[in-house]
Amino acid sequence: MQKTLLKLTAVSALLLSLASPQAFAEGKRILINGAGATFPYPIYSKWFSEYSKVVRPGVEFNYQSIGSGGGIKQISARTVDFGASDAALTNEQLRSAPGKLLHIPMVGGAVGVTYNLDGVTGRLNISPEVLAGIFLGQIKRWNDPLLMADNANANLPSAEIIVVHRSDGSGTSNIFTDYLSSVSPEWKQKVGKGTSVSWPAGLGGKGNEGVAGTIKQTPDSLGYVELAYGEKNNLPFFAIKNKAGKFIVPSLEATTAAIEGKANDMPADFRVSLVNPDGETAYPIAGLTWILLYQKQLDGAKGQEMVQFLRWAVHDGQKYTKDLLYAPLPQQIVAAIDQRLSEIQIKS
Amino acid sequence: MTNEIPFKKIWWEDPLFKSSTAFLAWFVFGLSVLLVFILGKFSLPSIAQFGLHFFSSTEWNPVTENFGALPFIYGTIVSSLIAILIAVPLSLGVALYLSELGPMWIRNPLNFLIELLAAIPSVIYGLWGIFVLVPFVRKYVEPFLSACFGFHPLFQGPMYGIGMLSAGIILSIMIIPTISSISREVFSLVPASLKEGAFAIGATRWEMIRLVMLPYGRSGVLGAVILGLGRALGETMAVTMVIGNRPDIAISLFAPAHTMSSVIANEFSEATTSLYAASLMEIGLALLVLTLALNILARMLVWSFYGKAKGTRA
Repeated sequence: MQKTLLKLTAVSALLLSLASPQAFAEGKRILINGAGATFPYPIYSKWFSEYSKVVRPGVEFNYQSIGSGGGIKQISARTVDFGASDAALTNEQLRSAPGKLLHIPMVGGAVGVTYNLDGVTGRLNISPEVLAGIFLGQIKRWNDPLLMADNANANLPSAEIIVVHRSDGSGTSNIFTDYLSSVSPEWKQKVGKGTSVSWPAGLGGKGNEGVAGTIKQTPDSLGYVELAYGEKNNLPFFAIKNKAGKFIVPSLEATTAAIEGKANDMPADFRVSLVNPDGETAYPIAGLTWILLYQKQLDGAKGQEMVQFLRWAVHDGQKYTKDLLYAPLPQQIVAAIDQRLSEIQIKS
Repeated sequence: MTNEIPFKKIWWEDPLFKSSTAFLAWFVFGLSVLLVFILGKFSLPSIAQFGLHFFSSTEWNPVTENFGALPFIYGTIVSSLIAILIAVPLSLGVALYLSELGPMWIRNPLNFLIELLAAIPSVIYGLWGIFVLVPFVRKYVEPFLSACFGFHPLFQGPMYGIGMLSAGIILSIMIIPTISSISREVFSLVPASLKEGAFAIGATRWEMIRLVMLPYGRSGVLGAVILGLGRALGETMAVTMVIGNRPDIAISLFAPAHTMSSVIANEFSEATTSLYAASLMEIGLALLVLTLALNILARMLVWSFYGKAKGTRA
């Protein structure tokens, strides 16, 4: 079926080129197709529109935010020019792809833990083992001694903690369960990490809005949402104890600090989990989002434009991140990305 | 001679019309056969891996790739049953009032408003559910049920508001317009002579409704219930927003649950491995079979009531 699809695309491309020989000859319009993650969709669409409007008119992007899983499937089947994912590909997925796939980090994001507690003001703190205990269903009440120990001044009620998690498969859940797996051996063994897992406790909400809505409507509840979504909706967030032992409030700066914390042991293919990084100011539940493309670009013109766009996005494009509540990439990572981009082979 | 021309023109028109309508009818039939075939084909990896165990296992773990559909089947059936239990008496009341008891001037506007309920998109029902219905159920309905019937395990356990009960209630609101407007049509078809006959032998209005209208409309009302049930079984968005999406089988109606359609909507976009996707496909296939089976069952029920010979409106 893919072959027929390819043939069809080839035939229609041929017809198109016959229909508008002028545009084709001048190389005026190039359409680059991509598909994948929903999390970076706002920044990607901002980049695509700025890039085609200001930087390089004539290069257009068509991005379908169908989810990371879909993005991986589509780029592996070569039905798109680039994929996008919040989860790095597994070794098995990389092997089954028809060519060598590169991961290019674009921006960082964080996952915040929010709550609904009446009468509790001020910042609440939480330690990793307590968070894992709550999501494992072992710490059941707000006034649990472990939770009280982190919040000496807060007047925590004796009510039952109602856990809320994502019910749809998502990169947010992937980052969050990755974090719990890294801080709790019991979580790693019983549940593990993934875009959807078998949750030991709690209610499931569909999407960030489903989780936030459920928390808002359920007294004494607790759950995790994307930082950007929570900030836009003024949700209260826990400060979470990082590897250095400091309680860190989620923010863009703390997320960038988390990326910096991993910069030293960043592998050459950028497939790194950002959770629980080093660094005094790093927020521990953070993740990268990647664009996936083949190292050997079969379509010369498209490959050229794609690389040029990526270079722009990790340099000039980063200035748009803050307004849209994404964490920009730190300098040393950008330098490493430039190196990788220069190694892409473009068929002439 | 002059008579022959129109006659000659007609001879191929009828067969053409017949064959083209036949083509269209078979085309739609073929589409549904193809649908079943494709669903079956894509769920093959899951069928091969789990076999019948798929329908008896309660584990749903995407990390270890161990999949069982029982909690979803249970959730779909129970939430639809709650919806039918609430919606049928309500809709029959509405239909009787609108066709028999209510003042003439109010019948059409009221009917219009109730039918309008069917036009509200289900995601709006879901939003309304999470922001209005769920807090209401948590604060009033569940404490009330627990106080009155708390001795029964159906009404025990923590009250979240979100759960099977809220899902059933929201589904019932969504299917009321379907059941009530068809039932109203059915009741309005009861011949006036039958009704007058009942009055003539001294029946009260209630007796007339019970002895004439309800038996006469039985098969039509059953047809309406089948349509409502069909909508309840397949409803996705509104349910997934209030049911809690937890693949567990709990006796309590207060507990969170999951349905077949909502697990597909929730997890399909990120189902990266082939076994995961195939398992979701198989749930889709099972939902199709379940809907078909319930429809056939209901159709047989109609026939047993009414007899095939008289022909049914259902």
